[in-house]
Amino acid sequence: MLIILIIFTYDKTFDGLLSCVFFAYEQKIFPDSILAEDGQKPLFVDASYHVVTEKEKAVRVWKSLEKKLSRFARNMMLSVWLSELPETEMLLFRYIRKNTDHRKGIEMNFGDDDVLRIKDIALKVGTDARKLIQFVRFQETADGIYFAPVTPSYNVLSLIVPHFKARYADQPWIIYDTRRNTGLYYDRRSVTEISFSPQTLSELRLGILDKEKVSEEEALFQQLWKEYFRSITIKERLNPKVQRAHMPRRYWKYLTELQ
Amino acid sequence: MINEKTLDKLKILSDAAKYDVSCASSGTTRRPVKDGIGTAAGWGICHSFTPDGRCVSLFKILMTNHCIYDCAYCINRRSNDVKRTAFTPEELADLTIEFYRRNYIEGLFLSSGIIRNPDYTMEQMLRVVKLLRDVHRFNGYIHMKSIPGASQELVAQAGLYADRMSVNLEIPSEGNLKLLAPEKDYGSVFAPMRYIQQGMLESAEDRKKFRSAPRFVPAGQSTQVIIGATPDNDKQILTLASHLYKRPSFKRVYYSGYIPINKSDSRLPVLAHPPLVRENRLYQADWLLRFYQFSVNEIVDDTHPDLDLDIDPKMGWALRHPEAFPIDINTAPYERILRIPGIGVKSAKLIVASRRYGRLNFSQLKKIGVVMKRAQYFIACRDLPMQTVNELKPEYVRRKVARQRGKKESDLLQLSFDWGE
Repeated sequence: MLIILIIFTYDKTFDGLLSCVFFAYEQKIFPDSILAEDGQKPLFVDASYHVVTEKEKAVRVWKSLEKKLSRFARNMMLSVWLSELPETEMLLFRYIRKNTDHRKGIEMNFGDDDVLRIKDIALKVGTDARKLIQFVRFQETADGIYFAPVTPSYNVLSLIVPHFKARYADQPWIIYDTRRNTGLYYDRRSVTEISFSPQTLSELRLGILDKEKVSEEEALFQQLWKEYFRSITIKERLNPKVQRAHMPRRYWKYLTELQ
Repeated sequence: MINEKTLDKLKILSDAAKYDVSCASSGTTRRPVKDGIGTAAGWGICHSFTPDGRCVSLFKILMTNHCIYDCAYCINRRSNDVKRTAFTPEELADLTIEFYRRNYIEGLFLSSGIIRNPDYTMEQMLRVVKLLRDVHRFNGYIHMKSIPGASQELVAQAGLYADRMSVNLEIPSEGNLKLLAPEKDYGSVFAPMRYIQQGMLESAEDRKKFRSAPRFVPAGQSTQVIIGATPDNDKQILTLASHLYKRPSFKRVYYSGYIPINKSDSRLPVLAHPPLVRENRLYQADWLLRFYQFSVNEIVDDTHPDLDLDIDPKMGWALRHPEAFPIDINTAPYERILRIPGIGVKSAKLIVASRRYGRLNFSQLKKIGVVMKRAQYFIACRDLPMQTVNELKPEYVRRKVARQRGKKESDLLQLSFDWGE
């Protein structure tokens, strides 16, 4: 059997991926792999096409998906995109293609591996964002900003902006992803993206901020919270397994009550 | 306002509050208010989990642990020699706000020992929630206990500030309540429950006429019963729960495995461990009542008044009714699919949605999330050569799926602290 390996390269943007779909249907060429233009290419490639991102074409593909997929399914696609998993491009490509080729779309067919996989990844990304909403711990800094270092598994900071903006509308805050070195700063009006110098970053990675960096009362409130956490525990019912199931160890680093 | 002394109070008054299991912060949405702080997301958010595996969503605290009552099962009873203290309303409001700002909590769960009389106690609690809502412009979640015996006017006021209110039944039958808490009776517990419901129904009527009419406990009410402190059986407990769920305001019944706090009281049993497995089975049965369209007498009856501790109550029903199986995954209606052990609400919905695209097979079911270890004996599916419960006999299936004795109780994941409602 003759195997022909076709690859597309693109600029690693969501619009770029949609442009790849447009290109494929226009040229009737369907890729086996979609790769970043600056990334490593596989050894045996029969045909390689570079797809230029065009906003217009991306919009046309998205519009056609709006006709077949519910808002829920489209949001799942965006979540999958945020996962940044290596399988993302081809999974989304196949998903779009299956829906485009089916008369009514197949978003509810969970017997299909790709539909199920999209759901599973979207669920994981959603859970990751939700865990962030649960486990963010702010420390009040000396200049009155509420600061929280985080390390989400996926690139989900953008998903949590509406929640924190609405909830803490009257206090300035920073939520900082110390692994990706990017953060959100809210100044009581709008949210902007920020990043710190490597030196500051290595300090932040330690978790609890230094005494001279936090507000006068911060240490007391941390102590009060730790005391609360200790005394609300029922010793007769200890069950660390369930605790870890709900709150995996990888979140503990920045949890005030577990320092 | 808040200082080192607060720390001691916090220690005593959170320790005394911990036996209330409810911590849910779901069931209501609060949009941000101008110049205010806080929202409620609609889904319960757990901000931490203590080493006992329980969710910390609300700041669960007592106003005071002084109490005029002497209930046998309660740590704060009058005759106990424990350190007593009380928060000032200002202190408690400040503490709530500071915890909230740091994303420690979703809001406040305020309860109290009864000081002087029920109305006085309610008034003190009301001062806290009024400070929070009116002065601090706090817009997060508030769960407030209604004190048994408090007047209807005070409940009516509190309901406008709280998202959820609750009155604890504690003991699942009135006779046993009389025995353990001579100063209480069901009347004093059911009265505030009625007031809460009345307030909710009136507010719902008003809001039909005026969109801006105030909301009254939008997240409804809940209650708690202690399990294992009295000889009441599961049939009594679940019948009680299902009656409560018939009321439109009732959202949750919590089951709390009895922990022998007052060990020397001869009216109470001596237990080596709290009855955690039974508690878990009760929550599973509660789920069957609320989400699986089961009725109480399908779960427990006069011949089986207590839940089987070794298998879950849905499996219990299935093994008592082998004639209802096998159920064909590809044709049976949703309600029938929900009856299959090992299939939950989520997988039942996925099955019904997906089978329109073609028949589902064994491996697809597995991927969808069906627990085949339990489901295999009860389903008919295209490529499933499996023998069903009818060929294998219920006793055999029971042996296959039963919880292994001696396996640690903690291995049962507790539904009670699940996310949503």
